[in-house]
Amino acid sequence: MKPILELKGITKRFPGVLANDKIDLTLNKGEIHALLGENGAGKSTLMNILYGLYDPDEGEIFVNGEKISVSSPRDAIAHGIGMVHQHFMLVPVFTVTDNVMLGDETTRAGGFLDRKSPAARIREISDEYSLEVDPNSYIRDLPVGVQQRVEIIKLLYREANILILDEPTAVLTPQEVDELFTIMRSLVDSGKSIIFITHKLREVLTFADRITVIRGGKVVGTTTPKDANQNDLAAMMVGRDVLLEVNKKPSEVKDKVLEVKDLVVLDDLNHVAVNKVSFDVRGGEILGIAGVQGNGQTELVKAITGLSHPVEGKMTLAGQDITHANPRTITEIGSAHIPEDRQQDGLVLSATIADNMVLNTYYLEPFAKNVVIQEDKVLENAEMIIDNFDVRTPSPLIPVGSLSGGNQQKVIVGREFSRPIKFLVAAQPTRGLDVGSIEYIHNRLLEKRDDGCAILLVSTELDEVMELSDRIAVMFEGEIIAVVDAEGATKEQIGLLMAGVVEA
Amino acid sequence: MSEKEKKQDTKKKNAGKIFLEEVSKSSLTVTILAIFTGLVLGGLLVAVTTVEVYQAFDISFWEGIKTGASAAWSTYEALFYGSVGNPGKIIDAIKVGEAEDIRRAFNPFFDSLVVSTPYIFAGLAVALGFRVGLFNIGVEGQLYIGAATTVAAAIFLKGLPAIVHVPISLLAGFIGGGLWGFVPGLLKATTGGHEVINTIMMNYIAFRLSEFLLRGPLKNPEGFTPVSAPIEESAQLFRFFKSPIRFHIGFFIALFVAYLVYLLLFKTTWGFTLRTVGANPRGAKYAGMNITRTTILAMVLSGGLAGLAGANEVMGVNHNLALAFSSGYGFDAIALALLGNSHPVGVVLSAILFGFLRNGAIQMQLSAGIPIDIISILQALILAFIAAPAIIRTIYRLKEPDIDIDKVTLGGWGGN
Repeated sequence: MKPILELKGITKRFPGVLANDKIDLTLNKGEIHALLGENGAGKSTLMNILYGLYDPDEGEIFVNGEKISVSSPRDAIAHGIGMVHQHFMLVPVFTVTDNVMLGDETTRAGGFLDRKSPAARIREISDEYSLEVDPNSYIRDLPVGVQQRVEIIKLLYREANILILDEPTAVLTPQEVDELFTIMRSLVDSGKSIIFITHKLREVLTFADRITVIRGGKVVGTTTPKDANQNDLAAMMVGRDVLLEVNKKPSEVKDKVLEVKDLVVLDDLNHVAVNKVSFDVRGGEILGIAGVQGNGQTELVKAITGLSHPVEGKMTLAGQDITHANPRTITEIGSAHIPEDRQQDGLVLSATIADNMVLNTYYLEPFAKNVVIQEDKVLENAEMIIDNFDVRTPSPLIPVGSLSGGNQQKVIVGREFSRPIKFLVAAQPTRGLDVGSIEYIHNRLLEKRDDGCAILLVSTELDEVMELSDRIAVMFEGEIIAVVDAEGATKEQIGLLMAGVVEA
Repeated sequence: MSEKEKKQDTKKKNAGKIFLEEVSKSSLTVTILAIFTGLVLGGLLVAVTTVEVYQAFDISFWEGIKTGASAAWSTYEALFYGSVGNPGKIIDAIKVGEAEDIRRAFNPFFDSLVVSTPYIFAGLAVALGFRVGLFNIGVEGQLYIGAATTVAAAIFLKGLPAIVHVPISLLAGFIGGGLWGFVPGLLKATTGGHEVINTIMMNYIAFRLSEFLLRGPLKNPEGFTPVSAPIEESAQLFRFFKSPIRFHIGFFIALFVAYLVYLLLFKTTWGFTLRTVGANPRGAKYAGMNITRTTILAMVLSGGLAGLAGANEVMGVNHNLALAFSSGYGFDAIALALLGNSHPVGVVLSAILFGFLRNGAIQMQLSAGIPIDIISILQALILAFIAAPAIIRTIYRLKEPDIDIDKVTLGGWGGN
């Protein structure tokens, strides 16, 4: 059978980087083809070339055996190629119909919008692939999983046959992931073809028909789920053997370090985001907070680290009341914080690596004598952290913003772990990182726990929470609806709790 | 290079080196090319606005081109004579050996430095604000208040030796300007009121207030015009040469203050806080820095530096306070700080450039009758090219820099 899409020898150079090096890829009609690779491997560049956002330096693209040139997303659509981006391109205050027809509006009688026929068409599409989307509902009222289906409808409405899904599962609950894959299956069954970008090994093995692994801009190999296992794929992605299961010793639990009682925190819009939450974290244990993003975890972490203040309740850290303490006081008690948004909160991107490594200790001995910064000490500290935490950089004096995401995270982890700490908040510590860096950061977290540090791990990656935690608290709509022992907990059980289903 | 040498090398980072590193990543090239392009376009503008050029085109095309080129040339020649001096006159004066003639011949050069001095202070004021993410549009007003407080100290304190009176008068200027910066700083930090709006409003208050002072408490009781009494001789800044050269010690005070600002920003914990708040307020909050206090402190320091610009003018040049004595130093300083990438070294260099352009323009108008507006247009062109480096990069086919995050960006817009 002739492949529906064929990429031949795609090469793309950026200044100093060969992002794609003679990449060949074929997509057969009716298949789900997973594109697997670490961040920076060149997956997104390749898809952006296919979608017309970049021009390739070399190489050819064939659709149904015909050579095409794609110089804009409009061309791509015209050839039946559509893409769902990781971050949705939807207007929240518009309806589904408005969003779908945006850029391709149907009009009648000289410029009046015709909403009726698109809505009918959307309903048709929705029924055909059992997407269950109401064309008249507003985007802002829809859960993330449904919003994603609206994005898919946008492509189907434009009669795309080749769908590119960029990290589609990153924002979904386990149940929503299952639904998405059911939908993907029904799409390919009716003749569509899907390229799906990911770095999650388990999904690839469960749902893909074929898998192509990219590393360093090159195709490492193409395989099928039958012929590969997680360890093989991880090794292909990283280029060396990777330990996927973390080695966890039984925890030696000590005294309570953090105690939170009846905490109520408001979000930026003054809505209750954290509602009467109580828990404690002991030395030597990792308490994992599981939950779909946006269920109050961010606000909870902000309150614990002093970035915002609760309106009700009480928090103590190592016996001291920190309910209304500022971040510096909390840090000085012996708390560390790996923030969720590392670029906004955790780093000053334009400042040097060395400066970032003393971001919260610069005013203390030995980094400052009175008010004079001791540059040699700052530099020594940076060199020590770079060595100990394997930060890959040509110099400690370049802006931290020029490092890759994994190395930026190592700068933060290195900074926070190089102080004597009793308590650590790690919020999404591995989000967006590659397999190698994830392995590294997980091991460091467990080391800290074995040293007797109390760790609060907040993550939307269920696998991560389950692997690392000793106890798991599940947050749903601002409340902790259950705390379970990690030992013996199942993914299905936690998944249901994350969706707010409390067993009777 | 061995490990140790490398360490040594990275340790030895000083003012000049950091600045050079910042600019060498393409912005130095862009700056020079922007100045060059501005001069070329300015020359064209002179040519097309000169009537004789059109008359010459009636004779022949080449005649027109020639006349246009010579019009542009004579403008720049006059600018050079006005800002640096006329080499012929200098040589003649030295040959004859008459002291006053020699001073006269060198006067344009020194006077350009005199004009550069308030630019340095005012440029530092804006640059310090930029580094903390604050857009201080109020430098002009802070300069007027600083001048007024300086004059008060320099007139009403009597019988002090110069070694005491000069620092006190400068300090008075710093405090006056600092107070004028404190108000919008406080408003920004406590209510979120945008400093752009509030500093502009404070300018108007400052202008009217200094007018009131000059018609009331500060007015020279013996005069009829709104001018203050001359300041005490002990409060005047030392002049190095006799008349007509006005070059005074203020220039070196300005260089010293620029050095202090450099130390403050790059060598102290305060500077670390200031720069972090400017580069990423959220990161600063995360690191436990007090944003409210830092914002107020930055506005006070910025206003204080602007106040020193005013103090410098009344103590070094005018020796009294008059209405509208500063024609827009505070506003030019905004452009100038951008030109200098908000770095003290860059500010000093662009202040000197502005001083020479402005002084040269005044002389050019007096001697060659060429309108001073040409210089405003020239400055505008140069700045437009620097503010939009893409234009220069396109004209000269320069490569895009890999990462352009070392530019000072402003967090102040959009109410952050």
